[in-house]
Formats: sequence, C-alpha cells, structure tokens
Amino acid sequence: MTHSIDRLSCCFRRPETTGDSETTPLLRPPHQDREIPLPAALRHVFPNNAISVNAITPSHKQLMDRYPGNKIRTTKYTLLSFLPKNLFQQFYRLANIYFVFLVAINWFPQMEVFHREITMLPLLVVTVASSLKDALEDFRRYKFDRIVNYRAASVYDWKQQDFVLKRWKDVRVGDFVKVVCNEVIPADILLLNTSDPNGVCHLETANLDGETNLKQRQVVRGFAAPNCSFQPEHFSGTVVCEKPNKTLTHFKGYLAMPEKKKIGFGRESLLLRGCTVRNTDNAAGIVVYAGHETKAMLNNKGPRYKRSKLERKMNTDVLFCVGILFIMCLIGALGQYFWLGTFPSIPPFVPPDSNNVYIPPSLSGFYMFFTMIILLQVLIPISLYVSIELIKVGQVFFITNDVDLYDEETDSRVQCRALNITEDLGQIQYVFSDKTGTLTENKMVFRRCSIMGTEYCHKENALRLAALDEAESDEEDPAFPQKKVPSRLQFRKGKSGAALRRWNSARARIGVRGQAEVTLSPHSDVAFSSPLETDVAPDRRLQRITGDEAGQMEAWCRVSRINGGACYMDFFLALAICNTVVVSTAMHPRQRVTGPLNFSTTLKSLGHIQTLLKRLGSLSHVISSLHSISEKSSPTTPASPPSPAASGPAGDKEDMGGITDSGSLNTSLEDSEADLPPTEEAATERSTDPNSDGLCYEAESPDEAALVHAARAYGYTLLARTPDHVTIRLPQGSLLTFEILGTLAFNSVRKRMSVVVRHPVTNEVVIYTKGADSAIMERLAKSAENQPEENKRKRIAAKTQRHLHLYAKDGLRTLCIAKKVMSLQAYTDWLAVRQEAESAIDNREELLMETASHLETNLTLIGTTGIEDRLQEDVPATIASLRKAGIQVWVLTGDKQETAVNIAYSCRLLDQSDVVFTLSTASLDECNSFLDCTLEEVKRYGVQPPWQSGSRGPAFGLVLEGHTLGLLFEAGLQLRLLELSRHCRSVLCCRVTPLQKSAVVKLVRNKLKVMTLSIGDGANDVSMIQAADIGVGISGQEGMQAVMASDFAISHFKHLKKLLLVHGHWCYSRLASTVIYFFYKNVAYVNLLFWYQFFCGFSGTAMIDYWLLIFFNLLFTSVPPIVFGILDKDISAGTLLSLPELYKSGQNSEGYRHSTFWVALLDAFYQSLVCFFVPYLAYQDSDIDIYSFGTPMNTASLFTILLHLAIEIRTWTVVHWVVMVGSVLLYFIIALSYSALCIDCNPPSNPYWIMENQMADPVFYLVCILTTVLALLPRYTFRVLQGTLALSPLVRARQLDTLSPQVRESFIREWRSQEDASEAASDQVLSSPTGPGSPTEPTVDRGLSLHKDGNEDTEKPFSPGHRRSISTMTI
Amino acid sequence: MMASSYSTKEEDGHQSGAPGPGGGVNAKSRKPDNTAFKQQRLPAWQPILTAGTVLPAFFIIGLLFIPIGIGLYVTSNNIKEYEIDYTGVDMSSPCFNCSQNYSWNSTKPCRCSVSFSLDQPFESNVFMYYGLSNYYQNHRRYVKSRDDSQLNGNLNALKDPSKECEPYRMNDGLPIAPCGAIANSLFNDTLELYYNDPNGTKTLIKLVKTGIAWWTDKHVKFRNPVGDGSNLSAVFQGTTKPVNWQKYVYQLDSDPDNNGFINEDLIVWMRTAALPTFRKLYRIIEKQGDATPTLPRGNYTLLVTYNYPVRSFEGRKRMILSTISWMGGKNPFLGIAYITVGSVCFFLGVVLLIIHHKYGSRSNNADISS
Repeated sequence: MTHSIDRLSCCFRRPETTGDSETTPLLRPPHQDREIPLPAALRHVFPNNAISVNAITPSHKQLMDRYPGNKIRTTKYTLLSFLPKNLFQQFYRLANIYFVFLVAINWFPQMEVFHREITMLPLLVVTVASSLKDALEDFRRYKFDRIVNYRAASVYDWKQQDFVLKRWKDVRVGDFVKVVCNEVIPADILLLNTSDPNGVCHLETANLDGETNLKQRQVVRGFAAPNCSFQPEHFSGTVVCEKPNKTLTHFKGYLAMPEKKKIGFGRESLLLRGCTVRNTDNAAGIVVYAGHETKAMLNNKGPRYKRSKLERKMNTDVLFCVGILFIMCLIGALGQYFWLGTFPSIPPFVPPDSNNVYIPPSLSGFYMFFTMIILLQVLIPISLYVSIELIKVGQVFFITNDVDLYDEETDSRVQCRALNITEDLGQIQYVFSDKTGTLTENKMVFRRCSIMGTEYCHKENALRLAALDEAESDEEDPAFPQKKVPSRLQFRKGKSGAALRRWNSARARIGVRGQAEVTLSPHSDVAFSSPLETDVAPDRRLQRITGDEAGQMEAWCRVSRINGGACYMDFFLALAICNTVVVSTAMHPRQRVTGPLNFSTTLKSLGHIQTLLKRLGSLSHVISSLHSISEKSSPTTPASPPSPAASGPAGDKEDMGGITDSGSLNTSLEDSEADLPPTEEAATERSTDPNSDGLCYEAESPDEAALVHAARAYGYTLLARTPDHVTIRLPQGSLLTFEILGTLAFNSVRKRMSVVVRHPVTNEVVIYTKGADSAIMERLAKSAENQPEENKRKRIAAKTQRHLHLYAKDGLRTLCIAKKVMSLQAYTDWLAVRQEAESAIDNREELLMETASHLETNLTLIGTTGIEDRLQEDVPATIASLRKAGIQVWVLTGDKQETAVNIAYSCRLLDQSDVVFTLSTASLDECNSFLDCTLEEVKRYGVQPPWQSGSRGPAFGLVLEGHTLGLLFEAGLQLRLLELSRHCRSVLCCRVTPLQKSAVVKLVRNKLKVMTLSIGDGANDVSMIQAADIGVGISGQEGMQAVMASDFAISHFKHLKKLLLVHGHWCYSRLASTVIYFFYKNVAYVNLLFWYQFFCGFSGTAMIDYWLLIFFNLLFTSVPPIVFGILDKDISAGTLLSLPELYKSGQNSEGYRHSTFWVALLDAFYQSLVCFFVPYLAYQDSDIDIYSFGTPMNTASLFTILLHLAIEIRTWTVVHWVVMVGSVLLYFIIALSYSALCIDCNPPSNPYWIMENQMADPVFYLVCILTTVLALLPRYTFRVLQGTLALSPLVRARQLDTLSPQVRESFIREWRSQEDASEAASDQVLSSPTGPGSPTEPTVDRGLSLHKDGNEDTEKPFSPGHRRSISTMTI
Repeated sequence: MMASSYSTKEEDGHQSGAPGPGGGVNAKSRKPDNTAFKQQRLPAWQPILTAGTVLPAFFIIGLLFIPIGIGLYVTSNNIKEYEIDYTGVDMSSPCFNCSQNYSWNSTKPCRCSVSFSLDQPFESNVFMYYGLSNYYQNHRRYVKSRDDSQLNGNLNALKDPSKECEPYRMNDGLPIAPCGAIANSLFNDTLELYYNDPNGTKTLIKLVKTGIAWWTDKHVKFRNPVGDGSNLSAVFQGTTKPVNWQKYVYQLDSDPDNNGFINEDLIVWMRTAALPTFRKLYRIIEKQGDATPTLPRGNYTLLVTYNYPVRSFEGRKRMILSTISWMGGKNPFLGIAYITVGSVCFFLGVVLLIIHHKYGSRSNNADISS
C-alpha cells in the first residue's frame, strides 16, 4: 500500500514539476519575467490593490486592461449600428431578397408594372415591421442591462483602502468584491474569505438554474486562516486559472503566492455571477471573470430556431408555387410574343418605347416574362411567412397562458422556448421519455432496507404511503387544505393537521407544518418537503433491535472493533453521516446549524452520558472526547457545568424519550425495551414531532434526504454539520460529534461517495461509503482473517445481493452501505497523497478519483437501502392517453433493467398481458439470432404493426439493455432492431448512456421518418432532447439543463397530455388550415390578373388599382386568417382530452397534405375563374372601362375569399366577427374614400369616382352576389356533405361538441366502449387457439428473454458468468 | 444524481443574470389569468355545416335567384339593340374603298354611307355607340400613356407633360396637348344618321353630343387650362396637336363647353376600355315626344366619315343603336346565369334533402359513433 501511494505521489509530483517551468513564471517577482510571456492558455489575474498595482509590469497591466469589464450588453444593436446592422440582417432573409429582386426589375421601364415606389411598399412594410420588432426587443434588453449594470456592489478601492460602493459595470477583473448575505454576486469571484469560521459560503443558485437548495462554497483552501479578518491590501498573490469557458462544472486554477507557493483551487471556490449569497454574513473574493466572460453569461444562448414539419412541407409547396409562377410567366411571355405576331402591322394601341422604337416581339416577350413576375408576385406567399410568425406568437401566448399547465408548487407556467414549432406538437408519433424525474417524481421515499443480510420490509411505512396516496388522490381542492391524513397509523397524532403538499424540492424540512405563520407562498425561499419524504414509519422489528443496540453503549463501545458488531448502529450512522446534507432550523431557514440546537438538551444529554460513563468508569476517554468535541463544535455553548435542572422538563420528556430511565447502562435488555417507546406510534411521534427540533435538511440529491430522514426515524438524528464536524443525536438523546476528516464526493463515474470520520468514542478512522451496488460490491474486502468470518461475509453479501435484486424488481432504487475502519497512520499516509492531488492543476480530476478509489477498498458491507422513486401524478393515465392517441412511448433510462421494467409496469407502459422480449446479451451472434426469432414470432401476428391497423394484435414489449444496444449499433443492426420495435407497442431501454439515448432517438427519427418528442429532466437527457424534433424539459429537481436545451418546458409529465392532445392538435389544425388558406388566397386573387392577360394582349395590365391590389393582401384579407390561425378551435379541449384518438389526424398530417394543397389550389383556380369570367361575361361588349371592370372583380373576390374563410372557421367568437366585418368595412371605406379623393393621382388607374359609380349601379351588386355564390358553391357543398355524412372522426367530434354536456358524456363513453370492444374482439381472435401460428400457450410464457451477463455483472452471485436463458417475463 | 450541476436559466432569450436584489422578486405569482379569453373559452358560435342546417340556405338562394334571373332576362330582352359593322372588309361593303386607302394623315376625308333598316321602333332614348373589336385599349403601355394632370388643366403639365406620354410627349420641340398614345389614337370617325322616310326624303336625326361622358369626368377630372381669356387657342398656345390628329385640341368642337380637354368625345375615348371588344357612347338620340318613337321602324342610312384605320390590327368598327334599362345595355348573360345558379342551388337543396333524410338523422341524434 505504501508503495502504491509512493507511486501515486510520484505521478502527482511529476506534472507539477514539469509544469513548473512552463506555467509558473509568475512565481518569480514580476520584474524578472518581463521577457517571458505569460502562457496563453491560462488567465492571470493580478489583484487590484496597492501592492500589486505598484509592482505590476506594464505588459501585465495591458493584459489586465484587456479583460473585459463587468458591464454587460445583451443588446444586438447600438443606436448607431441599428440601421445598417438590422437592414443587413433583414436582407439576409430569402423573402426580402425576393422583394428586392422585384423592386429591381420593376425599375426597368420595359417591365415596369407598378410605380417603382409601389413595388417597394411590401418590402418597406415588412422591413419596417421587423425593424420595429427588433428595436423594441432590443430596447427591452437595453433597459434590463441598464438595471443590472447599475446595481451596487461593494468593491475594494486601493486608494481609499476600503470597500466602496460601485456599480456593477465598474467592477473589473482583479477587483476585490465583498458580498453580504442575500446579495447577488456581480461577477465570477474566487472566494478568499467569508465570515464563516469554517470558510464556507452558501449560495443559492436559483437565478442561474432554478435550484433553490443551498450550495456550499469553500474559501480557497490553505489560503487564509478563517478567523483573521481579510485584508485585501495584503493580498499579494496572483490568480492563475482557466480561460473563460462555459462549463459550469469545471473550474480549476491556483493561487501563485510571492513565496513561490501554489495553492490549488477548484469549482468549490468559485462564486458565480447571478447567484445569491445566503446564510453567510459576508464573503469576499477576487474577480476572475467579469461581464460577458462570466460563466453565467457564456451559458446564455439565444432562443433556438427549428423548422417544423409543417413548415418544411410548406416550403416545398412554395416551390410548387414558384413553378406555377414560372409557368404563368412563361405563358405570358409566349402569349405576348404570339399576340404581337397576329397583327399585320403595328397597331395604334401598341406604343413604341420612349425612344420611339418599336420593341420586337421576341424581346417584348422576354420583358413580359419579368413583367409578369412583378404582376403575379403575390403568388409566392411572402406574407405567409410574416403571418405564420404572428400566428405562432399568438399560439405561444395561449399555450403559456393555459392555467391547466401551470404548476402552483413551483409557480411555473409552461415555457415555450422555441417559438416556431408549436404545430409540431400536434404531429408527434414517438415519445421518448426519461424515467427518473420524468415519469417518477424524483422524490425519494425510504421503503425498505437490509442490514447484514436481514431484510426489513417496513410494512408500516408501506401502509402509511398507501394511506397518503389515498389522501392525495382525494385532495382536489387547489388551495392548500389543512387536512388530517386518514391513516391507520396516526403518524401525526395530536398535532395540527398535516398539509399534504408536495413540494418540488429536494430539500426536506420538518417541523413547520404546525405553524400557522408560515406563509405558503409557492415561491418563498423556503421550500418544504412533504410528509411523504420526511416521515418514515420505522419497521417494528428493526426498531426493537436498534433500540436494544443503541441502549447498549457499553456493548457498542466494546464490540465496535469486532466486525459485524453494532452493525445496526453503523448502518444508521452511515445513513446520517455519509452525505452532504446541510442542516438548518425551521425558524431561520437559511441559518445553517453548526452546533446542536437545543443547548439545554445538549447539556442534559451530555450530562447524562457523562454520568452514565462515569458510572461505568471504564471509558473515561470517551467522556473527554465527547466533551471536548461538543465544546469545539458549538463554540457558543456555555462553559458552565452541565445542569440537568436548567431544561424544561416537559419538552425534554418528549425529546429524550426514555433516556432518563434507560440511562443506566446496567439496565437489562428487557427494561430498555420497555422504556424505549416500543410501538411505532410513539416512535413516529417522536421522530416527526415538529416542535422537538425544527430541523431542515437540505440535500443535493433527494436520495440523501430520504436516507437522513430514515435514520432520523430510528432516532439517529443529524443535528448539525460543518465541514469539519457532524453531530448526531442517538436514540437515547445523547449526542455524538464526529470529526470529518474528508469527504469523497459523489460523481456519476464513481457512483459512490464516502465520508471519512474519526469516531469520537473509539477514536478510530472510519470510512462510511454508500453507492450503487456495482460500485460497492466490487470493493468489498475479499479475504478475511479466518474462515468463518469469510463465510459469514459471503453469506451476507449473497443475501444482500438477493435483496438488492428484490428491491430492483420492486422498482426501488438501491444503495449499498459499507464501512471500513482504518488506522490513523494509514489515513495520514493517504491524506498526504490526497493533498498533493488536490493542489495539482493538471489531471486533477483523475488524480482525485484515483486517490479516492484507493481509499475505498476492502469495505465491509453493512446493508442496503431501497428507496422508492414515486411515480408522478397521473403518469399511467397520461401514457394511456398518449397511446390511444397513437403515440409510441419509449422509455430510455440509465437505471437498471429490473427497476426500469417495474416502473414500466407500474406506469402501464407494459401491461401484464403483454409479450415482453428482453434483449440483454454481450454476444453479437445471440443478438442476431434473437432478432431473427423475435421478428419471426412477431410477424406471425400479422405484417401490419399492431398499433397502426385497426385490429390489434397482441401487444409486444421490448426491453433493451444499453450494452446490447451499443453492440447492435456497432454491428449495424439498427434497422432490424427498428423493424422489430415497430411491431412492439412499447420499448424500454435501460442502462443507456446519454449518447445512446440520442442515438436511439436519431435512429427512429431518421429511419422511420417520424416526428419524435423527447422528454426529460436531467443533464443526461440533454442530448436526447436536442436530437428529437421536439425536446421537452421538465423543470424539476435535477437542475435546469434539460430545460435549457428544450423547446418546451413543463413542470409535470402529465402536462404532456394537454400540451400534445389539446394544444398540439389545435396549433396543428389551426396552422395547417391557415397555411392552406394562404396558398388558396394568393392563387385565387392573383389568377384574376392572370386571366385578364388573355384579354389585354399579355401586356401585363392590371385591371385593379395598384393600391387596392396591394392593400388587398396587406389590409383587407390579412387579419382574418391570422385571427383564424390563433383562435380557431375545431374541437373543444374537453373532447380532445377524452378522445385521444382525435390526435391521430395530426399524426397523419390530415390537415395539410400535398393533396390538400392541390385541392386548395384547384379550388382557387375555380374561384378565380368564376370571379373573372362572371364579370367578364356580364360586361362583355359594353362601354366599361378597365378599372370599373376591375372593381366588381375585386369586390367579389374579397367576399369570396373572406367567406371562404368563414366556411373554414369552426368557432366564431366576438373577435372573429369583429375582424370579418371590420375587413369588409375597411375595404369599402378605403376604396370609397380613395376613389373620391384621388382626382388625378396614381396614374394611370386614376380611380376617381369609379367605386362610387359602380356602387350606384345595380349590376355591380348583381355581379358580386352571383360571383360569390357561384365561387363558393362547390366548397360549401363539399363541407356540407362532409358534415352530413360525418366520415371523419374530427367531424364527429365537432358534432359532439355541440351537444349538451351530459349527452356528450354518454356519447364519448359509447365511443370509448366501441373502441375497446373492437380491441377486445381482436384480442379474442388472437388468443383463440386457431389463431395463426399460435404458440403453445398464447397468454402464458410467450416471453423470450435472452440474458447473457457481460463481465460487468460477474460479481453478482446469482448470475453465473455465461448463461442463456429463455425465461418467462410475462404471465 | 448527486452531482450538482447547473447552468443559466433564461427566459425569452434574455439572460436573467440576477433578477432583483436578494430574491425579493417573487411577490407576484405567475399564474395565468383564468379569463375566458386567455383560456380560449370565449363564448362561441360553432356552426356545423350539415345538410339539415344548410337546407334552407340552398332553397332560399334558389328561390331568390330564379326570379331575379327571370327579371333580368326579361329586362335584357326588352332592350332593343341594332348593330351594324361598317369596317368595309368585304368588297361588297360600301366602305370598302375607304378602308383600303386608310392613313392617319390623309387630308381628304373619305365618306361612305351604309343603309340599314330597323324592324322594330326604338322607344325611349336611344344611345348610339361606336364599337371597336380587337382593339386593345387595355394594353399596359397604352393605358399608361397619358397625363391626367395635363387633362385636369394643370398648366405645368400642359407645358411639360409627364414622361409616361413618351414618345408622344413632345413634337417638334413643343409639348403635345393632350399627350400620350391614348389621345393620339383618338377615334375620329364621324357618324351621321339619316332616316329614310318611306316617301323618299332623308331626315338627319339629331344626335346629342353632350352627356355622353361621366359627369365627374366632365366637371372634375377633365378641365381646360385656365388662361388669360376665354379663348382656348390662346390657352393652348405653345402646345401642339398629337401626331395623328388633324386639328388642335381647341378645335374639337365649336361649343366652348365641349371643346379642348372637356370635349366629351375625347373624355369618352380617354376612359380606356377594359376589353379588346368594346363600345363607346357616341351620341344620344333623345326622345322627342310621347307620340312618336325615337327611332321608328324603317330604313336608315349611316353616313360615315371614314378616318379611323383599323386594318393594321384587323379590327372592326361597328355602329350600335341601343336603348338601355336600369341594368344598362342588352346582355342576357346575367339573367341566364342567375336562373342557372338558382336552379343548381335548388337542385342541390333537393339532393341535400334526400341526403338529410337518409343520413341526417344519424348525425343529429343517436348513432353518432357508428
């Protein structure tokens, strides 16, 4: 061991020594290193104080000046740069380039159709509108920046030798900044000093990531003694750290002190901009990154831009429109050419050009082509893009305002982070879900444990949870009901009612429920945990044992060295100690408890123990150690001798339980059992008593909190924690304070954490480790001194493994608890290596990991815990609904197979009657053969995937293991897998890495060409969320990374149902209809002009006044479709939710297909023909002039186009009416006033009095009415037939909506039952023995499980190295 | 799971580096307002187009359109119209000779007379039109080739016509009044109508040449430039006539109220026709008294001063005599169209009635989910 440590320390030293020459020129006095440039890969920060300012070299000063200040500017433009920059951005867009092209060709007199100015109008409108929008947004950002920049920060000024108030924007790198409690940190600061004696500073990162739990930050270790006041003027080191980067989880560097000492520091010493200091009076440090270089700002990305499926489809149709335009222009060009050819000589109505030269027909035709582009430009629906953007803004507004998607607990609405893919929500075919935190609450409840191979199933706790569930399901009132839990166990007897709230926080808090003054503002900075997590009803059997054991101080002290002795105590101590839970009081939620709270209790219990021990007389060293430690850990404890009388008897009675009586260690076992509250009632009473100790546990992970609460339920209460000490109250009320020698933090690679403590009684160094079974089991001591010992160990390990398996099958999360006792000497040896590792700047992470694993060997297994990760509310119902909606739900989880499968069963992803195939093997051949057999078998039930056809076959489930999945991907068998999965109703991938998750999503998305949605809550889901068409983040417990990467962020999985089924459906059907309508509208209108070309010699004349032509699209017919796109509601939310099948219409893109597009175009052609030829025939061979001829066409066209929309609108609200009537009125007002005022303006149309003249003519009305009726007749009739014959489910559902609620209810039920009946019928067919190729027993044992354990599983005693089994997964 | 990791939270693409000091920002709940509008529960009318609900509409349309159509048809039929082509394409045609030696600048007028007879007397006022076919007055560059300011009497525009008039803007350094291709191609045939009395005498029928243009055109849109005196020729001093014209614009008529730009023949011509086959009002034959019809049945002679060349574009010239009704000239289309559409609607109504009878009950009540 010593040898290896030497070797290790060698490796540590090496990089440092080699690095010395490269990276440490700063260690020398500055004046010496003028020639040596600073390494570019690192950032050097020279403190901004007198010493440094005077000593700094000019080059270094330049370097410092080059670091940006703390002023932030998130605006895109400045006042000056706005116009050029914005214009550039605008013309970067294709649509605007099209406009520019039109303007340009209109500039040639040969092709000029409109006035040059008029052609610029659409361009101008679009540009100005977007500019205004951009400017407004930018101004908002500017205002916000200003507020932030002008905040006050207390910055050290070396001239005044004191901290002065400065604005945030004036803070510079190298400044010393002091932040006080509850202040926001202005820049990324290296923590050098805090008011805390332990050099700890607490942060709340809610502003950064929404997590409200406290995070500890540590003063740069070894820099300053905690208690001496920090003097910036004496700080003479230089900070060397990484260049600014956006990784929040990594930060390293060192302090180069003048005395050539290097002090390493890491992430735990960095205070990030935007966090809030809590629970610490003040903290000071040096700014290392400022302004835009802070990690918070670097992580700030703009909204993402995705293109939705509908938009992609639309773009192809726009291309079709371009094609149509091309053809039309070609017709125009050829027409002009041939038309000119028909005349024997030049007619008087074909004037020569301005140079009196007649243009030859071919050239004229060529010009005509471009003229026609200008004339028919509207055919390319540029307005569509603008309108769609507006519509989506409206849709997003309504989604975010949905009160059903609002979560009271976190006060969060649904967030739409990607603004332009709302309609994709209505087309989802595959949902990929994470398990933990998404399907489950990530709220851990202690369920079972196994200690030394004995299982304690905690029946009482299970009952309590069941009762709680019941209570929760009863709870309908959204206001926080103060309600007693109808629990048989009466776990909160005599106290005021328990508020059954589920607070979305990892923090657990006890003891405030009874207090009326606690405000329950959802966003208050104190979050509560539900009794679900905090209360644990102890197992009776275990309670008795621990009671016994704890009572026997003596025994414990004596036997603690012996392996296996006092293991129960060790188990609970490990639960209570081995974590990073922060304790604070209920009254002062952010005041960390550093010492025991109840001093009277402390004294009393101390006194008790002292007396006890004195009476024993043999353990005097324990007394001293206890005494000294308690004094040390709680400096405020009065030095006065313990006086039992000082404490109030009433409170102590409850607190102390039976300590007074059981105090005597001589008391017999029976006595102590009798004295200790033996019933679970009393025990729970004590452990959850709100007034006994207003303790509040704040854990970084919910598992930890659950374990601490579990320990507490057995009387092992974690009272206080400091970086150096942890105080535990034993069941008897006595206090034990352990000195923490080191904490080996958890990370996902190690999958375990350890705490090294010095035992106060035995003075031994004890390591408590907890972690995943795989991480612990392989680190257990392999050999023991003697054979029986060895056998016992193996037996325990085997038993525990069996329990682990059992827990996993129950869907519990398992953690193994182990301990190790080592000598002080061994520990100090290790510590030396560790410290080396800590100060290393290169490979620090790896080195730390290596040292950690060095310590965590030869562990002794104590036990294991099973923690339930409870399903989120309504998860099974949501999954069932999604299924009915035709959505395939896949679950991708990193959890192990058993846990995942069980969660899948409990959330009804898998059904008991499903045939489940499990693929878990390390051999490729077996994969292959497995795929072959299963495909074979699956295909026997029909070629059609069961979820597609109406009749359903047996449902198949597929469980894939991550390792196998990787194998399949490597071998290129993805497509076969995909083929198999298409036959399966649900697919479950377990033990998959984040990368595999995204690979699976991409595979399905790209190969099946389906719309996918990923939903997850953790950082491990980010890649999957980004890979899918729509990423949904759950703003839950695991930080905000998933939310940051997502397109939509919701707070519960159940919200997915309404988001998809209602909003998705609405958005899709709205947008699809609107897009189709826009295409139709443009074609219908523009074709009028096109038809006219046949009667004006293809000369490009428009018979409608140009202004009216432009206003037609811009004003008269623009608003109604937008309102339609935002507000139209084909089916009510209730019906959509109760009939998820309706969602399928969106999946099949029924709203917008190419056929729909072409039908709309045909209709548009028909309507334009009617709109042109009815007036044409009516005015044929009359004395009508061009613009009088155009007026009825324009008017009839307006009516047709608006009434066409009216036919399509399915819900008429006030808004619709106002907009529709308003549009018509606007048209008449503008047209009338325009033609009344314009006497000789706007040549050549010169519309003076034309409109008035027409409106005085009855024929005008006759023509308009006839045209409109005739144009709309086919569509109207078609819609009527559709409505009457009610062939599509959507129409039937619409009809349901008009019925009264009761009738509707019964119809929906009927519909439902029919669906089920058809399902059942198909099942019947399949389960009948005559079914095609039915296996021996259709309902039993069709599961085929292939399980070959890889090397990583070899430590499992029950799974031999190589095995292939076909086992039953299903009954 | 225990690794605490975090990143920035942002909303609306904006950094929320530090909202408010000390976390005192949570005063207001973000709960959306539970209003009908925001929750999309506005009271709404949800029409469902089924046979049952739209049946009345179809029948009403049918029942309204058919009578209207009949009325229109009858009205149109009551309009008397006579049309005669005097282009002179055929050798037999009296105007054949004139049509052959056409030219814009032929000084010697060519006259021809065309005889025709009316079978029915024309009661009420008779409108005399000239009709042109294959004449694309709606050609884009032709339509543009005018200056409305000039025609509106703007002196500046008179002297400096708009560029749109090119190449008929200036001639010999003088601005053309009225400029542009439209004016340049003014229809300049003169039509006279004689009634051939059965007793052999030819009576010239009085043709009224005012009142043929829109009132607004004559009084608002077209104005002569205001000069020193009332003499139009002085006002138009310094301008020249359009290339194809034989006389100046102030020589169009002797009546000062119908001369210059406000000459109604010019105004009518300047209102460019929408379609290549068009007619323009030429004269009005006013009804003399209740006793006699305006144009009694009998033989007539149309005396044409043939100036306007149409051979270059294979056009046709016609003279049309027509009475008018409230719906304008004779056009049976509207009447027929109304009757047809009305019948179609009625027919559809019947079909829907059958459908409604067969399927409608299904969608209205019980068996919705079948």
